[in-house]
Parts: sequence; C-alpha cells; structure tokens
Amino acid sequence: MSGTDPEKEKRKIKSVQKMKEIMTNYYIEAKGAADTGKKVAWITSGGPVEPLIAMDVIPVYPENHGAMIGASKMGVELCEKAEEMGYPRELCSYARSDIGCSVTNGGPIGGLPKPDFLVCCNNICGTVMKWYEVASRYYGVPLFMLDTPFTHRKFPPAAKQYVIDQIYEYIEFLETQCGRKMDYDRMQEVGRLSVEGLRLWQEVLDSGAHKPAPITAFDAFFHLALIVTLRGTQETVDYYRQLRDEMKERIEQGIAMVPNEKYRLLWDNLPVWYRTKWLSEKFAAHGACLVGDTYTSAWSGVLPLIDEDNFLESMSQAYSQVYINVSLDIMINTLRRMIEKYDVDGVVMHSNRSCKPYSLGQYDLQRMVMEEYGLPTLMLEADMVDERSFSESQIETRIDAFMETIKS
Amino acid sequence: MSSLEKLRSVARRPYDYAKSVQSSESKPILGFFCSYTPEEIITAAGAMPFRLFGTREDISKADAHLQSYCCSLVRGGLEDALTGRLDFLRGVVFPHTCDSIQRLSDIWRLNTGMSVHFDVVLPVKLTTESARSYMIATLNSFRSELEQGLGVTISDDALYEAIHTYNRIRELLGNIYAFRSRNPSQLAASDIYYIMKAAMVMDRSALVEQLDLLWTELRDKAGDEQDSGRKRVLLTGGICTLPDVYTLIEDAGGDVVWDDLCTGTRYFEGKVREDGDPIEAIADRYLTRMVCPAKHMGMTIRGEHLIRLVREKQIDGVVFLFLKFCEPQGFDYPYLKDFMDRSGIPTLLLEVEEQMLSEGQLRTRFETFIDML
Repeated sequence: MSGTDPEKEKRKIKSVQKMKEIMTNYYIEAKGAADTGKKVAWITSGGPVEPLIAMDVIPVYPENHGAMIGASKMGVELCEKAEEMGYPRELCSYARSDIGCSVTNGGPIGGLPKPDFLVCCNNICGTVMKWYEVASRYYGVPLFMLDTPFTHRKFPPAAKQYVIDQIYEYIEFLETQCGRKMDYDRMQEVGRLSVEGLRLWQEVLDSGAHKPAPITAFDAFFHLALIVTLRGTQETVDYYRQLRDEMKERIEQGIAMVPNEKYRLLWDNLPVWYRTKWLSEKFAAHGACLVGDTYTSAWSGVLPLIDEDNFLESMSQAYSQVYINVSLDIMINTLRRMIEKYDVDGVVMHSNRSCKPYSLGQYDLQRMVMEEYGLPTLMLEADMVDERSFSESQIETRIDAFMETIKS
Repeated sequence: MSSLEKLRSVARRPYDYAKSVQSSESKPILGFFCSYTPEEIITAAGAMPFRLFGTREDISKADAHLQSYCCSLVRGGLEDALTGRLDFLRGVVFPHTCDSIQRLSDIWRLNTGMSVHFDVVLPVKLTTESARSYMIATLNSFRSELEQGLGVTISDDALYEAIHTYNRIRELLGNIYAFRSRNPSQLAASDIYYIMKAAMVMDRSALVEQLDLLWTELRDKAGDEQDSGRKRVLLTGGICTLPDVYTLIEDAGGDVVWDDLCTGTRYFEGKVREDGDPIEAIADRYLTRMVCPAKHMGMTIRGEHLIRLVREKQIDGVVFLFLKFCEPQGFDYPYLKDFMDRSGIPTLLLEVEEQMLSEGQLRTRFETFIDML
C-alpha cells in the first residue's frame, strides 16, 4: 500500500474523503428519487442548475457520468454499444458512452436515474443539443433548450434579452413540470450560494499559483464535480471552504503536490479521464506540475459577469460567455491571464477528438502562446473517454521530448 | 450555349465564373457555407452571395489550423482561402451553423486577411416567440453591419426586389425538381446537381434568366414516368459536392428523384412573404422551412418529413449522405434510419470525405443497394 509512505501520505488532499462521501450520497439520492417523489432532471454541465436546486429537483449530469465512465476505463465498451446502434464513432464520446449506458444500464454506477425532464444549454457545444434530443426521444420526456448565442466579437443587447427571456421560459417550464410555483426568495438565496461556491472554487484553483503548488490540475479535475453538479447548495459552499482552507494550510506548511516541483505547466481542454493518473505521474517524474487549467476554471471564469443582487438576469450573460462559447481572440485573453498568474514554463494542450468547440482553433492558440510568450507547447492527440484514440508510446515520446525542450 | 450548358459550365468552374463577374461588374462577392445565410439581404446590398463547397485539391495549409477530425467542407474551405484561390471574395458571412463552422469563422477572420467578415449568430432554437424576436434583431443588425462593411445603403425597396428574385428562383428550382421527379429520363440527375450548384454561385438576376429559359424548355417535355420500373432514390444529408453520386446511382439503375439536402430542397423550399416588414418575412421563412439538424425544431420533425417525402415521391430507397465528422447528421442518423426501417424503406449510409473517395467502391455500394430495392 502506498499509504504507508509518510511523505506520500502528507501530500494527499484530506478533503478527498469528504468529496467521495458527498458524491456517493448524491448519486444514492438521485437513483432513489423514484422512492422519495423528487423529480430528476438531466442537465448539461454548463447549464444553469440554480433554478433546479431552487425547485428541489435533483440535477443529474450525463457529462459527469461520462467522466466517471472514462475514469473507470469503461468507455470503449459503451461507445462501441452506441456505435452498434448506428451512432458514428466520430461523435462525442461522452454522448456515445452515455447512450450506450442508457440501453445497457452498465457503466460504473449501473446507469443514471431516468430523467423526468431534460434541460440542455448549448453554451458548451451544439453536440449536447443533439444528444439531449436523443435522450428526449429515448425516454419520452420533455426537453427545455436554453440557447445561448456565441460571442465572436460582441454579445449584443438582443442576445442578452433573448437569454433573459429564455430564463423566464425555463422557470415556467419547471413550474409546469413540478406543478408548483418558483419561490423567488429561495431562488435568490440559491444564486447567492452559487456565487459563494464559485468564489471559493476559484480560490482553490488560485492556490495553484503558489510555488510550489499545493494542488494540480489533475486534482482539480476530481474536485470539480461539486461545482458542476451541486452549485447553489450550502453543502457545496461548505465543502469548498474546507478545501480552500486545506490549500491555505498546505501553503503554510510548504506541502507541494509534486515533490521537487521544478517546472510549472498549464493544461488546456478536458482531461484524458482514463489516463489522469498516468499523465500526472509521467509529468511528475520530470519534476513538472500542471498548476492550472482552462477547463476547471470555466465555471468560475464568468464570476465578474454575475450580479448577486440580480442573479437571474445577470446569469444570462454569464452563462452565454463561458470559456468555449466565445471566439479564439477572447480565449487567448483568458490564456494570457492564466499564463501570467500561474507563471508557467509551458502549455500542454489536449487535442480532444470528442470536443470540437474546445479543440478546433487550438493550433492558432498554440501559435499565439509561442509567439507572444516564447513558451514551449505540447499538443496531445487523444480523446476524453474513448481509449482507442490514445497511443501510449506516441504520447510518452512526445511528453519526453517536450520536457527536454523545457529543461534545455 | 443552351441554358443548361451555361449552368453546367458555371457549376464546373465556379471560381472562374466569380472572377469574371468581379472583373466585369466590380461587384463585391461574399462567400457563405450555410443555407441559413440571409442571401436576400446580401443581394439587396448589391453584393453577390457565393456558396463555398470545400475543395477537391489536397489539404496542406489548412492542416496548420484544423485537426484532421473536422469535416472536409470546413478544412477544404479554409484551404482554398489560405492558398489564395478565393481571393475574389471580399469576405464571408457565417450564420453560426455548427460547432466546426463556428470555430472556422474565428480562424477565417484571424488568418485569411479578407477585408470584411460577418457573423450572423442566428438562434439555434427555432420554436419560440423569443427566438423569433432574436432572429429578427440579428438579421436587422446584419443589415446595418453589411451597410457599414460595404459602404452602401440597403433600402426596403431593394430588399423587396431581392426577395422577389429569390422567390422566383425558389419557384423555378421547385418546378425543375418536380419535373425531374416525374420525368427522370428527360434530365440527367447530375444536371440537378449542376443546376443547384450554379444557383448558389451565380449572379442571381442572370440565374433567373437561365432558369426561366430552362424551365420553358422542360415544361413542354413534361410527361409522367413514375412507373418506368427504375428505382426511385432520395438523398438526405448536408451538402452534396459530388456529381458522381448522381451518375453512379443512375448507372446502377436508380434515379435520384428528390432530396433533403442543404444544397437541395432545403435551399429552395419555402417562400418569403412579399409584404410587411421584409426582415421579418425573411426570418419567418427560416422558422418554417425544414430544419438542418444543427437547429432545434421538434424531436422527430425530420423523421416525419422523410416519411412524407418517401410517400409523396414514391421513393424506393433512401441514401444518407454525410460528410465524415458531421455531428448533427450523425446524431440524427439512428432515429431517421429507424423511421425508415419501420416504414419498410431500405437505406444506405455513405460517410464521405471529399479528398478520399474511391469511385470503384462507391459504384459497388450503389449497385448492391439498387439491386436490393
């Protein structure tokens, strides 16, 4: 057991246990919803969950489920199931593995609880719309589509008004589905908790800027789950306060996540879920630590756009302008801020076959990073869930070569 | 040159045609990739909308910007822009479309150096009043951006005139499609391809003249050969850039008599109202015509549409023709196929990449399919 090594033991994040506990209870509650009479809504990871929380609906995230499938290395089998059903292999592997799971009730938790209705926000991709249409036909349940216009160079007032209109349509939809009215005081409170949770989460991520970093992007991938699924609850606020405090303590005590941290790197795109440990060890062996990433900060990245006192309406712009629903020139600004804040020596980009809005344009971002900062960059061709798109020997060679460039 | 020969020659060499228009009329030419591009507004601005179809050339420069897992339309379009083959364009209009085209717009704006660039971020959801209001607002702001970008004024009269021209084009294309559906032997299927392609790249006034002439010729030949014994095939998917597909199906004993393609019926179906506010009228056509799978309009509307077409056009078999890596089409395929299976209509799926086609393979697949019908 690795737990017997006191050095390793010291570096472990203690809050992990609490997190596992919360997530386990959450899934038990979600899967038992039929017995408690609570409604279950499937919602996209970038969608506004706050109105669901305020209406006591249990939000369930097929994308989080996709990540679990990937991390359990069950992706290929479930993706193949979807391919047998006629879904092309070129489609998003979260969608394929989740569709495969819907018909087999396989996967790490024996499938997701059936939805009473679906909420899809296309601020992360057009893929989710098609995926949720599939789910709506398969389960025979209604779908609410929240359409968040993409920002190329501007987000005009008409776009903002369109999203605000839809937020009220969304609430009406929930009132119909739940057979009761929205309690706007409760909604305001959930909004406040959501903002508080996001702030604490951002503080956790900011702690990676400390040298040596008390947390890595690989840890953030794990601790992210609550900000995605249970944003707007007291439990989430409490959890991230605990985690933030633990980071403070680690900084005070000089506990680094990567022993002898020499090189600091930034990660771009979703994780390679079935290889997070392998990748983390691979980089750590070179004394390299992934101190920040563009993915886990996507939720809190829009905090400046949220007005706590007018949560419902201000969230229209915030949800519309998340990291990947904006143009490459806006994305590069975010990357610049992160490169400077985390003071990194290089950028690792996961060119993720499953995620076109995140991945197309990465070559241009890569060029901008190299030209403006003279930083080495590494492009890893892989997929977040489908291991068939991961070539270990090739990636190993490329990481080694990249680290040699950084060291030289 | 007969009208058909004229249309074919434009379709075979669209870039040469565009250059000739540009040098003789100094008309600004604006490229587009999507059937949700409000061409009426572009035409009313005195510019010529020019559809882009990807490239038959090898991809080299675009590889520095786009991964191999994006469709050949996106990669091919960028390739032609970066190699200078599209230098006749003043710029391109991007009406959102899908995740890949959305990113292509950024990459295009940052790398091609074209003098104007328009993003028309239309709603993706087409079912609500708020989506309609937003669509109208977006089209109105496109109208002002276009005025600014091209240094022109777009009057309501010019819009009405453009709408009238497009309605006439749609009517003529609809007539020709209906004619061909009843009289496949009177017009080669590949000519439907050439006519449609020419319709999306030609100066629209010149196009109306040619289509008028063609329709006058065809009208007199109209008969009814729906019972000729040849197999009646429907193509469904996104764009079709391959005249060979039509010819190979014809050689195999089938006739492509109808389609649900964005370079086919989705391009011309539905008229724009010719009274009231012209921008609202344009929006209302988009809200009522058959959707592209990248838009949201009901869960099974495309399936029901296919069933209706199969019945109306007495279709024997359906060919799904997708660009490889096209997500919106790929997600709809299993349910559409299921709709066809349950109606007893045989289907064939072809996922194509423009640069990777083997004629021999296609021929065999079509022969097997038509034999099966």
